[in-house]
Amino acid sequence: MNVIETNALGKRYGNTWALRDCSLAIPDGHVVALVGPNGAGKTTLLNLMVGLAAPTAGVVTVLGGRPAGSPAALDGIAFVAQDTPLYRNLSAADMLHLSRNLNRRFDERYAKARLGELGIPLQQTAGSMSGGQQAQLALTLALARRPQLLVLDEPMAMLDPLARHDFMATVMTAIADDGVSVLLSSHVLAELERVADYLVLLSDGSVQVSGEVDDLLASHQVLTGPAAEAGAYAQRLNVVHVRRGEAQAHLLVRTDGTTAPMPPGWEAHPVSLEELTLAYMRDPSAAALPGPARIPVEARN
Amino acid sequence: MTIDKVTSGLGSPIEFRLDPASGVPTHLQLVQQVEHAMRLGYLKPGDQLPKVRDAVASLAINPNTVLKAYRELEIKGLATGRPGQGTFITATLSQATLPELTRLRRSLLGWLATADAAGLDEDGIVALFTSGLRDFRERRGGGERQGAASGETEGVA
Repeated sequence: MNVIETNALGKRYGNTWALRDCSLAIPDGHVVALVGPNGAGKTTLLNLMVGLAAPTAGVVTVLGGRPAGSPAALDGIAFVAQDTPLYRNLSAADMLHLSRNLNRRFDERYAKARLGELGIPLQQTAGSMSGGQQAQLALTLALARRPQLLVLDEPMAMLDPLARHDFMATVMTAIADDGVSVLLSSHVLAELERVADYLVLLSDGSVQVSGEVDDLLASHQVLTGPAAEAGAYAQRLNVVHVRRGEAQAHLLVRTDGTTAPMPPGWEAHPVSLEELTLAYMRDPSAAALPGPARIPVEARN
Repeated sequence: MTIDKVTSGLGSPIEFRLDPASGVPTHLQLVQQVEHAMRLGYLKPGDQLPKVRDAVASLAINPNTVLKAYRELEIKGLATGRPGQGTFITATLSQATLPELTRLRRSLLGWLATADAAGLDEDGIVALFTSGLRDFRERRGGGERQGAASGETEGVA
């Protein structure tokens, strides 16, 4: 099952396309990192997925073909928006009451137990909680809906390192317990590098990279050798990004698993996820996308 | 100083840690820590590895990463998963008991002090030890090698 599928998805605000020609097929069971510079279209894509915005072009479905925003889709998705919005004057208990009555499915026992573990008193108002507690409360309300897909927009931007660790531990435990799929957006890859096993890189409103992290790392390398030969050598390679010094050059290349013999004086190194992401961000014309075979037939028609 | 209660140690003698600066992929760090603990005698056959949920909760990492590490330990023949219970050590990498290892470590420290007194720096000590180990291996008759189960190959002439 694909938790998220988009085909030629686009969203225009006025004259500006916030997202254009976006085609994705993300299988379930992953922790997906949605990364890209500010203004790349991350929040637009998330809003389309959860049904908060309607597409200008194309299609988006979730959880095995349910149209985004439909009751069936909403039943299986929980979304925590940027800055974890809460009613500041309501207590945790009020918020549980509200959520229980606004949702068809809400596991109040789980929510209360979770808040107990976190040491968040039910009488406390959201406005008087620390940033970490607010984030944990919003996350608890989302998880208590027992979603199959949890979508988090910039979840940790406001948190200190300890709160960040605890927040992520809660998310990862939910995966271990219930097998929920997770999609997190961030403009800081470093905070997702440890947890993400699927990467979607947006740049300037388009999908630039999409795939399983292990596959992406296995299909890219850095080749280091004499700068004088770099130009000629690069002609024969699928180069994503070049860093050239006076004497030495580093070529980040896409190999797709094939290893052609290297000329003498060159050596190959594995690439880290952060290095790979930065290289693509610096060269928006390069792309690493799965072949069209990954997009199912019904989505293409 | 506060000592974190080792919550994930309830069923397992070891607790995982991560070194983000090491550059070693997370699942390999877990594999190496298990092998290291086995070699030093902290983990014996029958011992349970930290439960996936506990490792995930304490390190805030993807459960798939822990599963991948445990699968790799199974492929290496070092551990086996029991459905509904967890993953357990089934092999041994240490050739000596914990007290024996402690004695050996003490005599090695004595030797290191002598080497230091003779004016060797750390690189010199490592070079001498490596070459001594190579001589020892050759004299014993080549092929035989300790630690083969771990796939350790460094220093093989």
